[in-house]
Amino acid sequence: MYSEKVMDHFQNPRNMGEIEDASGVGTVGNAKCGDIMRIFLDIDEDGIIREARFKTFGCGAAVATSSMATELVKGKTVQEALQVTNKAVMEALDGLPPAKVHCSLLAEEAIHAALWDYAQKQGIAIQGLEKPKADIHDEDSE
Amino acid sequence: MIYLDNAATTRTAPEVVEAMIPFFTEMYGNPSAIYSLGSAGKKAINEARRTIAGAIGAKPEEIYFTAGGTEADNWAVKAAAESRSGKGKHIITTKIEHHAVLHSCAYLEKSGYEVTYLDVDGDGLVDTRALKEAVRPDTILISVMFANNEIGTIEPIREIGAIAREHGILFHTDAVQAFGQVPIDVEEMNIDMLSASAHKLNGPKGTGMLYIRSDVKIRSFVHGGAQERNRRAGTENVPGIVGFAAAVRRAQRIMEEKARKERELRDYLIGRIEREIPYCRLNGHREKRLPGNVNISFCFIEGESLLIMLDMRGVCASSGSACTSGSLDPSHVLLAIGLKHEEAHGSLRMTLSEENTKEELDQVVGHLKEIVQRLRDMSPLYEDFMKSRRDRT
Ligand SMILES: Cc1ncc(COP(=O)(O)O)c(C=O)c1O
Repeated sequence: MYSEKVMDHFQNPRNMGEIEDASGVGTVGNAKCGDIMRIFLDIDEDGIIREARFKTFGCGAAVATSSMATELVKGKTVQEALQVTNKAVMEALDGLPPAKVHCSLLAEEAIHAALWDYAQKQGIAIQGLEKPKADIHDEDSE
Repeated sequence: MIYLDNAATTRTAPEVVEAMIPFFTEMYGNPSAIYSLGSAGKKAINEARRTIAGAIGAKPEEIYFTAGGTEADNWAVKAAAESRSGKGKHIITTKIEHHAVLHSCAYLEKSGYEVTYLDVDGDGLVDTRALKEAVRPDTILISVMFANNEIGTIEPIREIGAIAREHGILFHTDAVQAFGQVPIDVEEMNIDMLSASAHKLNGPKGTGMLYIRSDVKIRSFVHGGAQERNRRAGTENVPGIVGFAAAVRRAQRIMEEKARKERELRDYLIGRIEREIPYCRLNGHREKRLPGNVNISFCFIEGESLLIMLDMRGVCASSGSACTSGSLDPSHVLLAIGLKHEEAHGSLRMTLSEENTKEELDQVVGHLKEIVQRLRDMSPLYEDFMKSRRDRT
């Protein structure tokens, strides 16, 4: 049911782990629905993402999208990272089964949540970044 | 490959396949036909009926062959409800039934029936006192499964049958998981209707039966020809029925030995996991449980990931996680026994057969220890838990 890319990122997740004293940390999802993603970003003075790591509780697609999302934002500026959409994550993974598309949305949301945390800590506003919803599944389940 | 999903389906036993083959290749005649090619099939069906009736203490004419457990459940619940609607429109069932029963009940609710879904306790047992309290003058049907397919808990069927009998209410039990695994006697247990399915006991898929006590009059489920005493039309699945009977004969022959072996393997597997993997819990009743059922929740991890990693190591199992069911919610059974959502997501069901070995289970425990740790290292829930534990000490 999963593409080879998804299976690869599930079996060999890139950037799994934590960053101590990260510039920004975002956690999204909830255990009720079975997925929680936490993304850690290390961002330098020039606003470039030096490192990205993740921790995920969830299915194969949740792990693979977290892994791919961290790969896609690494080395990018904050502004560029904002452009990493769920579609980009999905395409990079050669697609997801329809029931798993929400995992890619969660990955996008987790990046945004980490960037928001970074902006809060820096006391800056990032253009185009809105306060992330606490739980993206709230609206899905209604 | 290590196959630990025998509650999903079983390997068709070689003796079953052998019994079926002549009814594809030589005795393929229509059982309703006059010529001897057809009557061979008819004879085989009648013999199968006797075998299966004998296995549950029923009369042969009380066994109706269906295309599986789902059809038998649908027939029993819907037709019984309709045939008794003159007396009332209230049905009692449980929160842990298979969807074949639950969705049939939901269908009836749409046409004006009222359904009480009984709670179960933390082990998955129905409380017979609560059942008595739920009985009303307009209650027409009680449907409680013999044993649960996810957690393996065996329900107090004899007591439930007695309550139903006392109140003159029809009693149906979905015995798809129990039939062939544990002794069943419809007379002693006061069972009016019982569903069973061949593929759960090393028989073919798509073949099952509904036992209907001879004094219970319910409508036919499939209309057409006069097969199955006018109650289930359609040319009989002769090879399937023959295979079902062969599987029942085999199950009867090996039941005691099989159950003993499976219980030993089951308790060995549960024991090793509980001793060697922290933060897990056994789901279902420890003793009142199907011989081959192991269901364990591993905290902080999600079941689909666990299943994929087991599959990569050649182990077939299943999970109550939402991600494997294609819905947003985890197993209704695990929620009904009081598990938190994340505990239900982290459940793993391993259902054994008498063909499994201790060596296989040792391998599985080895894989599980490695996989569970790996997924926990990946889990933000585990991270939070370990941090809060460190903060406390
Ligand atoms: C308890 C229970 N009832 C009903 C069914 C459905 O049986 P079948 O697969 O033969 O339709 C199953 C099997 O999935 C089951 O475990």
